[in-house]
Amino acid sequence: MYEILDKKSYSRQTIISMRIDAPEISRKGLPGQFVIIITDKTGERIPLTIADNDPVAGTITLVFQIVGKSTALLGSKNVGDYIKDVIGPLGKAVEMKKYDKKILVIGGGTGIAVLHHIAKGYYEQGNKLISIIGARTKEFLIMKDEMKKISDEFHITTDDGTEGFHGFVTQVSDMILSERGDEIEFAVAIGPVVMMKACCDITKKYNKETIVSLNPIMIDGTGMCGSCRVEVNNETKFACVHGPQFDGHKVNFDLLMERQKIYLEDERISLYKSIK
Amino acid sequence: MKEGDVVDDMTCPHCGKSLLADIMCEECKTPKVAQFIVSAFSKLIPFYICTKYGCKWHGLSKRDEHLIKIKIPRQEMPTQDPILRTNNFEEVPFGYNAEMAEMESARCMQCKKPKCIEGCPVNINIPAFIDLIHQGKFIEASKSIKRDNSLPAISGRVCPQETQCEATCILGTFDKPVAIGRLERFAADYERSMGSVEIPAKNAKTEKKVAIIGSGPAGLTTAAALVKMGHTVTIFEALHEAGGVLTYGIPEFRLPKEIVKSEINYLKNLGVRISTNMVAGKLFTIDDLLNEQGYDAVFIGVGAGLPVFMKIEGENLCNINSANEYLTRINLMKAYKFPEYDTPAPRGKKVATIGGGNVAMDCARTALRMGSEESWIIYRRSEKEIPARNEEIQHAIEEGVKFKFLTNPVKYIGNKNGFVKAMEVISMELGEEDKSGRRSPIPITGSNMIMDIDLVIIAIGAGPNPILFDSTPDLKLNKWGYIDTTDESGKTYKDKVWAGGDIVTGAATVISAMGAGKKAAYAINEYLKKS
Repeated sequence: MYEILDKKSYSRQTIISMRIDAPEISRKGLPGQFVIIITDKTGERIPLTIADNDPVAGTITLVFQIVGKSTALLGSKNVGDYIKDVIGPLGKAVEMKKYDKKILVIGGGTGIAVLHHIAKGYYEQGNKLISIIGARTKEFLIMKDEMKKISDEFHITTDDGTEGFHGFVTQVSDMILSERGDEIEFAVAIGPVVMMKACCDITKKYNKETIVSLNPIMIDGTGMCGSCRVEVNNETKFACVHGPQFDGHKVNFDLLMERQKIYLEDERISLYKSIK
Repeated sequence: MKEGDVVDDMTCPHCGKSLLADIMCEECKTPKVAQFIVSAFSKLIPFYICTKYGCKWHGLSKRDEHLIKIKIPRQEMPTQDPILRTNNFEEVPFGYNAEMAEMESARCMQCKKPKCIEGCPVNINIPAFIDLIHQGKFIEASKSIKRDNSLPAISGRVCPQETQCEATCILGTFDKPVAIGRLERFAADYERSMGSVEIPAKNAKTEKKVAIIGSGPAGLTTAAALVKMGHTVTIFEALHEAGGVLTYGIPEFRLPKEIVKSEINYLKNLGVRISTNMVAGKLFTIDDLLNEQGYDAVFIGVGAGLPVFMKIEGENLCNINSANEYLTRINLMKAYKFPEYDTPAPRGKKVATIGGGNVAMDCARTALRMGSEESWIIYRRSEKEIPARNEEIQHAIEEGVKFKFLTNPVKYIGNKNGFVKAMEVISMELGEEDKSGRRSPIPITGSNMIMDIDLVIIAIGAGPNPILFDSTPDLKLNKWGYIDTTDESGKTYKDKVWAGGDIVTGAATVISAMGAGKKAAYAINEYLKKS
């Protein structure tokens, strides 16, 4: 059992951030790794990327958006409640080192939380970051201050123009890369699949390697089931053990989007039943 | 003495009472027909039998006894109706009742040099426990098995007895062998249902700590043996529930999870600590266990958990699953109770399971229970080479699973949403024998055809999961990626580390993993005594 020590909610309570007591995982967890959580006895195993960890306090932070029954159930837990299982750290960590040039980090939706953990890692290595975070509307922007703190240059975009640039993160990326592409070593793009795909289309134009973090459906998260198969460079990879970070220019995003929808109908039934 | 003999008198050498009854033969009117032989056999043997003194084997010679024994037919286990059971996940065979078990146990010849013991990977003293069943001492029988095998209720259900103990049974040379597995299962079930599972005496506690990675059959067996020897044992399991393949792989209708749980509880009561959610290689390494956490030895029993795919076109389409995924969703995550449980499982009207092993049978039969209309087994060799247990194949056929032999998929075809809608297959013929002694299948050019299919389960085997090895580079692996061992006991090339089960041999059976676990436990004990 893992206790929830802290809970924050954003964007009309659709995005939840939780700090969980998990001392062993917090000591080993690195940026880019994820955990599998099971909320209660009948719960699913859902993968959530570690958004932050504090080895001293022995806690990890998870940020997730409520999209279905399992995330709604997890979101309904409060400080002092317990989560049945937290398993991790899983997946490969992102390689952390000091680069000569700047790193372009792009985040969207809850992906900003994952991005923040990785970006913070880069920042702590002494790297200079150009950050772009985007959301549908102002209220859905998370971790603004945290991102701003570690960025050399900081941009916000909203689809409806309620804050920052009126448009998409891809447009700002395109502008920056066309103006100052040679200042940038590589890019990291984390967010919804469509956003990561669009970002990769832009960075490909400028031939800037782009790391993406994939979130296919998983069960065990340890390479046992193959549910999380993704195609990278026309080869089948398991996101749970070979990833979840991959070279975005080589990822088959269309396949990922199709595979994410396998259980759409079941997810609807499950959510409907839980509301009823 | 034979049927119809008229005798003056005959007394039981055991109880001394006269066996002659004061009755006349109804056929020939001969007075005083000898009525011998005893007990439950009366129903089966054409001898007229008196049971009034309650003695067994009254005055029978060994030869007579054997002659009678071979006349007893092998007892079938009652099973759930095939039509009904495809609508539920309850166990298929009900198991013997006491009467059947006694009858079946009477068939055992009690060979002087029993070959069945050699045929058993954990060398259970089979004649001894069968004799106890025959004497009606069911609980003692179970205890007798447990001296060699800590998990009899499991192995009695899932062992391929027909290629092991029962294959060597002398009765099998002229009739069907003794149903050793069913008797084993009976004894274990009887003991459990009577609530008389006792904790056996343990050796005095030693100061040694052993870590076991993986809570499948190999790990559980090793743990049980070591804890009885007095050591402190902790099992680390990556999933949230213990049992390994017994929990995530083998379906409820073949191995009820209640039984797995109670066998694991027995181990916990023995003093084994089981720590779940511990992913070895990620949360800790083997060196952490040995150097930081103070373990004196480590046993690796992580199994062969990496699903194998065929690497053919369209294999990543939606609704194409590894057997591991399909079974894990349904067994471990209880997707058959969706939406009561949150995890869904893929559904299809026409399901194809690729492969011919026990896992393939499990998947094909599970698919029927999940509501599929047609469930096909696609196997690239012929009926003769199919590796699944006889019982599983029989049950699958009864339930309506269809078989396509000498056929292999070459390509999957998807619909506009990326779901599989058809599969292109090719016919095979058998060529020369390969290294495994089986004739290797060769595709017949131009024999391709299309099968409409909306769910595919790939059950062609499993490989070693490298997640642990990445963090332990000094473990020597063989060319297939399994752990290389220095001897029979499973000692690895890394100091203080043993391994056993599928992670050494590649995908095999539950019982061979248990055999390996037992050997390793003895070796670890020897090592700990010296260190």
